[in-house]
Amino acid sequence: MRNLSLTVPLLTAPYLRASLLGAMALGFGAFTSPAISQEGDDASEPTQAEIAAIDEEQEVHDTAHFPLKKPELLNWSFAGIFGRYDLPQLQRGFQVYREVCASCHGLEYVAFRNFQGHGGLGYSEAEVKALAAEYQITAGPNDEGDMFERPGIPADRFPSPFPNVQAAAAANGGAAPPDLSLMAKARGASRGPVWTVLDFFTQYQEAGPDYIHALLTGYGEEPPHGLEVAEGTYYNPYFLAGASLAMPPPLSDGIVTYSDGSPETIDQYSRDVSAFLMWAAEPHLVERKRLGFQVGIFLIVFAGLMYLTKKRVWAREAH
Amino acid sequence: MEGHSTYQPKNGAAKWLERRLPIMGLAHSSFVAYPTPRNLNYWWTFGAILSFVLAEQIITGIVLAMHYVPAGSLAFSSVESIMRDVNFGWLLRYIHANGASLFFFAVYIHMFRGMYYGSYKEPREVLWILGVLILLLMIAAAFMGYVLPWGQMSFWAATVITNLFSAIPLVGPSITEWLWGGFAVDSATLNRFYALHYLLPFMIAGVVVLHIWALHVSGQNNPLGIDVKSKKDTLPFTPFATIKDMFATVVFLILFAWLVFYLPNYMGHPDNYIPADPLKTPAHIVPEWYFLPFYAILRAIPDKLLGVIALFAAIAVLFLLPWFDTSRVRSAKFRPIFRQFFWIFVLVCIGLGYLGSQPAEGGYVIASRILTAYYFLHFLVILPVIGLIERPKPLPNSISESVLQGSGAAAPATGSKG
Repeated sequence: MRNLSLTVPLLTAPYLRASLLGAMALGFGAFTSPAISQEGDDASEPTQAEIAAIDEEQEVHDTAHFPLKKPELLNWSFAGIFGRYDLPQLQRGFQVYREVCASCHGLEYVAFRNFQGHGGLGYSEAEVKALAAEYQITAGPNDEGDMFERPGIPADRFPSPFPNVQAAAAANGGAAPPDLSLMAKARGASRGPVWTVLDFFTQYQEAGPDYIHALLTGYGEEPPHGLEVAEGTYYNPYFLAGASLAMPPPLSDGIVTYSDGSPETIDQYSRDVSAFLMWAAEPHLVERKRLGFQVGIFLIVFAGLMYLTKKRVWAREAH
Repeated sequence: MEGHSTYQPKNGAAKWLERRLPIMGLAHSSFVAYPTPRNLNYWWTFGAILSFVLAEQIITGIVLAMHYVPAGSLAFSSVESIMRDVNFGWLLRYIHANGASLFFFAVYIHMFRGMYYGSYKEPREVLWILGVLILLLMIAAAFMGYVLPWGQMSFWAATVITNLFSAIPLVGPSITEWLWGGFAVDSATLNRFYALHYLLPFMIAGVVVLHIWALHVSGQNNPLGIDVKSKKDTLPFTPFATIKDMFATVVFLILFAWLVFYLPNYMGHPDNYIPADPLKTPAHIVPEWYFLPFYAILRAIPDKLLGVIALFAAIAVLFLLPWFDTSRVRSAKFRPIFRQFFWIFVLVCIGLGYLGSQPAEGGYVIASRILTAYYFLHFLVILPVIGLIERPKPLPNSISESVLQGSGAAAPATGSKG
C-alpha cells in the first residue's frame, strides 16, 4: 500500500534521523510501542520501535536554526487580493520545468488538460492535444494482457520520470526527488511570531514560491567557516532542512532558450518556474481571489444593511 | 424565564398541527418570545455564530465526504482531486478547514466571555458543563478531521496523540493498538477516524440542543451578572437578539471569507501538503493552533504519564470551574481583583499557545512549566482565594435601572451580595 503512496523525501538522510530524534525529544517520547510480531504485516516495513532503535544510535542534530538564511520576498503577479497569474511567465516556467526539472521530478497531480485556457497556461485545445501527444503514456493492459505505450491525450496526467519511488531513489543516490505538484504549498520558511501575525493583515501567502526561488538561486555560496558539507550534497543556506541538499544546482545562465526575449538568467528561470509551480499547486487561485472579492463586497454591504436594521429595531428600546 | 408559549396558531393547518405536536409553539417560545436581558453586548452573539459554524461544518463536511476516500493509499490524492477537479471543491475544502479554526476561535471567545461575566455560576453550572463537553467533542472531531488529508502532519499528529494513550499503566499499549486497529498508525486507523469524524459532529449537535435547553431553563446571564427581576429587564428574542446575532454573524463571515479566499493556508502547516510517510518524521511536529496551549502543557511535564495527566487535567479543571470560584458575584465588572487576574489568565493561555508552537528546548521549556503551573494555580488557588478576600463593588438593583441610568453606573449599595 505504501509503495503506491507518494513518498516525497524532504530531507537528506542524516537530517531525517536527526529530525526523528528531534521529534522524540519534543517530550512525548512516544515510540515505546511494544515489540510486536509482524506476522501478517508487510515485513519490509519497520515499526516505530525499530525506527527508534535505529535512530537512537545517531547523534542528535539541532535543526532549529535552519534555514540559515531567510528567502527574499519577491513581487509576484499572483500576490494580493487582485492577484492573477502572468500567463507568459507560466509558459516560460513550464518550459523550465520541462527542459530541466522534469528529468528528475514528477508533476503527477497536473493533467495536460489543465494547461488549456485562462484557468490554465493559456494554451488552445489544439496546442494541448499536440503537447500531450509528445509524451508516451504506459497504458493497458490490452486484451492480450500486455501493457503498451501510446501517445498522451489531454486527460492524461504528467508522466513521472521514474516508474516508482524506489526507482527514483535508486537513480538518485537513495533520495527520491520529490514530486513538484504541490511544492509551492508544501514548503515555506518560518516567519517568526511578529511576521506571522502581520501576514494575516498583509495577506502574505507566497512563502512557497519565495522559498523555491531562494533555493534555486541560493547555490554557489561559500559555506560558513567550520561548517562541514556532507559528501555528495550541495551547500545552500536557504534549504529548510539542513545546510546542504542532495540536489545539485539545476540551473545555469542560458540553459533554457526563451522565445519571448526574457532574460535567460538563473534568477529569471527561478522566478518563472516558481510561478509555474504555484499554479501547479493552486490552479484555482485566480478564480478563488475573484470570487473572494465579490463575496467580500457582498458581505460588507450586507453587514452595513444589517447594522442599519439592527439600529432601527433597537432604536425604541434602551439597552 | 421559561417563557410559556404565547403562540397562537393562525390558520387551520397550524392549529391542526399544534394540537397534535406543539412544535411551532416550542420554536416560538424558544426563538421568538424567549426573554433576553436587554443589556447583552456583542460578546453574547458568539452562541449564534457557533451554531452557524456548526451547521456550515456539517454541510460542507457531508459534501466533502462524497468525494473523499478514507484509504491510506488514496486519501491524499482524493483530497487533491477535490481541490482540482471537483466543482468548487477547493472552496468546500477551504471553508471546512478554516471553519474548524474559526470554530475554535469563536468557542474560545465564548468561553472567555463566560469566565469574565461568571456565566458558569449558580444556576448555570450544568449549562457550563455541557459547554465544556462540547469543547471536548470538538477537540476529538478536529483532531480526527486533521488526520484525514493524510499529509505528513496528519500522520504524525495521529502518531503522537494515539501514542499518548500508551502512557496509561498496564492497559496503555493494548488501548493504543486498539485505537490503531493494528500495530502502527495505518490505513485502518485512518478509516476509523473517518467514521468517528463523521459521527462526532452529530453528537456535538445533540449536546448543543441540551446546552440551549439548559440555557432556556436558567435564562441568559448578562454583563451585569445580576438576575432578571421583572419584565422590564428583558426584550423578546425576536426581533432584538435575532437581528443583533445576524449582524454579528455577517461580520464574522467577513473574517471567514478573508481567510477562505485570501489566506486559505494561513492556519495550516506546509508539511501537510507532503503525503504521509511513516519513515520520515517532520522536523517539528506541531498541532493546529487551537491545540497549542494544551500541547505546551503536555510537553512542560518531563514525565510522559504525568504530562498526559496534566493535559487531561487542563480540560478537567474547566468542568469544575463553577466550584473553584467562591465568589457569588458573577460579573467581573464588579470584581476589581478578579478582573485583573482574568486578563492575566488570558495572557497565560496565549503565552502557552506560543510556547506550544516552539521547540521544546531551553528557555521555552522553563517558560512552559511556569505558565502551566500558573494555569492550574488560577483555578485551584487564585479563584477560590479571590472570592474570599475580594470586596466587590456594589451591584445595581436591576438591569432596567442600570440601563436607564447609563452605562453600568452602580445604584445604591443595597444590591451588593458580597
